[in-house]
Amino acid sequence: MVSGKKHTLVTLVEDKPGVLNRVASLFRRRAFNIESIAVGQSEQPDLSRMTIVVTGDFAQVEQVRKQLDKLIDVVKVSDITEEEMVARELALVKVKSDISNRSEIIQIADIFRANIVDVASDSLTIEVTGEEDKVDSLIELLRDFGIKELSRTGRIALTRGGRGSAK
Amino acid sequence: MKKTGAQILCESLIEEGVEIIFGFPGGALLPLYDTLLLYPQLRHILVRHEQGAAHAADGYARVKHKAGVCLATSGPGATNLVTGIANAYMDSSPMVAITGQVARPFIGKDAFQEIDITGITLPVTKHNYVITRVEEIARVVKEAFYIAQTGRPGPVLIDLPRDVQEEKTEFIYSGKVDLRGYKTVFRGHPSQVKKAGKLINGAVRPLIIAGQGVVISQAYSELEELAEKTQTAVVTTLLGIGSFPENHALSFGMLGMHGTAYANMAVQNADLIIAIGMRFDDRATADTKGFAPQARIIHIDIDPAEIDKNVSVDVPIVGDARQVLQSLNKEVNEMKHEEWLEQIIQWRQEHPATNIREGDELLPQYVIRQIYEITGGEAVIVTGVGQHQMWSAQHFFYDRPDSFISSGGLGTMGFELPAAIGAKAGRPDRTVWCVAGDGGFQMTMQEMATVVQDKLDIKIAVINNGSLGMVRQWQELFYERRYSGTQLWNPDFVKIAEAYGIPGIRVGRKDEVISAIQEAMYYPGAFLLEFVVEPEENVYPMVPPGLTLSKVMELPEAAQSKMGG
Repeated sequence: MVSGKKHTLVTLVEDKPGVLNRVASLFRRRAFNIESIAVGQSEQPDLSRMTIVVTGDFAQVEQVRKQLDKLIDVVKVSDITEEEMVARELALVKVKSDISNRSEIIQIADIFRANIVDVASDSLTIEVTGEEDKVDSLIELLRDFGIKELSRTGRIALTRGGRGSAK
Repeated sequence: MKKTGAQILCESLIEEGVEIIFGFPGGALLPLYDTLLLYPQLRHILVRHEQGAAHAADGYARVKHKAGVCLATSGPGATNLVTGIANAYMDSSPMVAITGQVARPFIGKDAFQEIDITGITLPVTKHNYVITRVEEIARVVKEAFYIAQTGRPGPVLIDLPRDVQEEKTEFIYSGKVDLRGYKTVFRGHPSQVKKAGKLINGAVRPLIIAGQGVVISQAYSELEELAEKTQTAVVTTLLGIGSFPENHALSFGMLGMHGTAYANMAVQNADLIIAIGMRFDDRATADTKGFAPQARIIHIDIDPAEIDKNVSVDVPIVGDARQVLQSLNKEVNEMKHEEWLEQIIQWRQEHPATNIREGDELLPQYVIRQIYEITGGEAVIVTGVGQHQMWSAQHFFYDRPDSFISSGGLGTMGFELPAAIGAKAGRPDRTVWCVAGDGGFQMTMQEMATVVQDKLDIKIAVINNGSLGMVRQWQELFYERRYSGTQLWNPDFVKIAEAYGIPGIRVGRKDEVISAIQEAMYYPGAFLLEFVVEPEENVYPMVPPGLTLSKVMELPEAAQSKMGG
């Protein structure tokens, strides 16, 4: 049932046990696949900010947004897809590497302004931050060397400019 | 002075105006049940199954317009509540469900009678709580009642561990609720109201669809004013029954799958639908693609998530039905729609829905009509789900609010008897008739013991057709009469009632119906009537599944003549 474009929902939620479950349960019930969900502290002491990426057409996502807004522990939820935003993701990539190709991989990482955060005799771990496209591109390039492990945080996003998206 | 958690819970309930608790005790509630003895102003009605407690709280809520309270122990007590909680959730009924929980040190250890009831009820509650400290009880109870009773009402569950019931703290009850994530819009947006007024003033074939939101916000007189001022016909949803007097000249009954043909024709031919406090449920709209194809739609609802959920609308107004109608009534002109009303009246003459076939056999519709006649239309009718429910909706004419109590959204068989208990406990001044099917009645008939123990004067009519009639009807019409799993062997309902101490009569002939109903009414206490009715009687009109409201199936003419009409 899910077609359409990627939507970025930014929510401010009460920092309490079970809130992530309430949010995730709602997506399950409305048959939505969450592409990524990132949760962490916000600028306000008892509130967490969640960034949720889902795919769907406007009406479907708007329905989920309104259902999310009904949760008592959800203080605010905005679909910022059409707004100017800064969106970032962090990935850690452990790639097979030995003395023969180590400098080549480091060069690639440099181009992406990625950091080498761990070096072993048979691997390199690279930390990269950026929009998903950039992370995707780096991962594609590293695939040729053999990726041993990969972990991505999913998108976090804020609207640009002075006005808060989710106050 | 410090008080225990159980005392604080009881005193908080009293602060909220609670008079009755429907409950069933258990190990995790022992401290609370011991404390209940100290608060005789909290009447405890002991049910025989926790599902009954939840339905009773639901029935109570619907006649009292305030939250019903049910109480169950941990584990199976809590899970038995779930159907009743889900029923209240689907029908927007305010409820506070309180469950015992194992003591905190045992949580997460799979202790005896431990179950994650907040996890289980997550999708069927408006909100739920696990109390972890005695200091939270007063605030949580305050919030629970506030959430349950405001906005779009619904059930809220509070899970209370046993040891918290025994802990002590100072009791301070705050009159204020501070929930930053919970806001309800009551007044409709003025510019939306203006837009709606313009559409109404320009409409040639307007139609009001009134739902349960009108009942919940008690917008009866506002709805009547709108209908009369603009001379607009009114049809209702199943749960909207009672929102508008059915004997009013502008009333055209119920729409939907078993609605009147003329109500559905009015929907399909209207140029403007004014939908008030209803959610375009599939049983009301039939196929939404062909729903009201000529109409623009104004949708008034307090829940923003209902806007554009099932049917996309032209002018949404989010707000409380009563407040929105108060401002909308100022925007609309006095109008007449004589031609359009005459058209609907002509459809009514061509497709009568309230006639009952003449003949000797005992028809269920006739039973319902006689209950209407003999109670003077004053009774509260509480039904289960199935054919008897639809006949009760069709053949009793509801002029008073809060007179038709039924399980709409969830469609819960067995709702009728416990919900009637709640309705009678809440409104002892009203005559309460529990109209049951022979199938659903057996799901909760053990609550007859509750009826007797609490001396509740409930009249019970079991419409016995020997089958799970609505499913059988579908098997007849759409599965070539292959009756699979729908034929019932039944006990002797009159004897069962007698075993519980409830007198009863079995009625098998049409000419016995009136005197039996009169006897039940005359008897000072609960009474059961078993009506052995025509086994293959079907509910008509009917819109077959998957079709639009234009495709109304009426009683086949062959059947009409066969019955010697």
